[in-house]
Amino acid sequence: MSEHAAAAHPRLQHHFDSLEQQKDASVLGMWTFMVTEIMFFGGLFLVYAVYRVMYPESFAVASRELDIPLGLINTIVLIGSSFTMAMGVRSAAFGRRRGAALWLVLTALLGLVFLGVKVGEYQHKFEHHLVPGEGRFAPDHIPAEHHRGAEAYFSLYFAMTGLHATHMIIGIPILLVLAVSAYRGRFSRSYSTPVEMFGLYWHFVDIIWIFLFPLLYLIDPSRHH
Amino acid sequence: MSNHGPSLKTYVAVFVALLLLTMVTYSAAFMDFGSHRLNVVVALGIAVVKATLVVLFFMHVKYNERLVSVFVVAGFAWLALLIVGTLHDYWTRGWLGQ
Repeated sequence: MSEHAAAAHPRLQHHFDSLEQQKDASVLGMWTFMVTEIMFFGGLFLVYAVYRVMYPESFAVASRELDIPLGLINTIVLIGSSFTMAMGVRSAAFGRRRGAALWLVLTALLGLVFLGVKVGEYQHKFEHHLVPGEGRFAPDHIPAEHHRGAEAYFSLYFAMTGLHATHMIIGIPILLVLAVSAYRGRFSRSYSTPVEMFGLYWHFVDIIWIFLFPLLYLIDPSRHH
Repeated sequence: MSNHGPSLKTYVAVFVALLLLTMVTYSAAFMDFGSHRLNVVVALGIAVVKATLVVLFFMHVKYNERLVSVFVVAGFAWLALLIVGTLHDYWTRGWLGQ
């Protein structure tokens, strides 16, 4: 690429030699952020591991309060949204205005379906006194000897799914802004970095759920379903 | 630049693989492997395979420079060290947390 041609691109910042170098820097920067996210969620996964080792039976008993079909549906919805996100990144990279906007809106819609199911699940837990807290945690079906471990389980359930859902709540408005940008023709074959960087974030959120589903819902092998 | 990513066929194949592995996770959760601990190992094993597919193809790490892979591996390796190191203590010293 000649210097003249590179300098002519409106998206190229002056401190980069070329669009390619600029994009490589963005990818590495975004991955640096993703590594901090791994550590952010990682702390919770560590606490989960420790408490599950301490209260294996209580965790299994407590997990029976979760609705496996709903968890399975949400897993499929989220994997679907990862696919539509990947297609959105691809369409934006090919400079397809309408295609990119559509895939991004579809991704946001699947995100909303996931959150809707989650709201229903949370509501059920509030109604059945499964929310941890002094004088509040009073589950009907969990024997008293398991209350201590079950309360730890539900603390982790709300912390982990809550942090996960927070990431999605942050992501959905960004998706809609990107969809509008795409529709207005902001992205082209030579520049679609914002969509691709957001894709990394969205796929990461999917990865977190890939681990949360078996760790929270599928603990008890003897469970009848 | 726009040709760095995977082909459409690859995206669809990864999507189908992720859905199939989700069903495998679901079925394997209720199988009797002799020990409940094995169910955990199987579930986490499948989750790691699914996460790897997402990272390599959906997140383009297979198509990026090597340096990106170094960052990704370093991030997950440190997390593994954190968890394995801590559990090592809890497993081998039964009186902890009692």
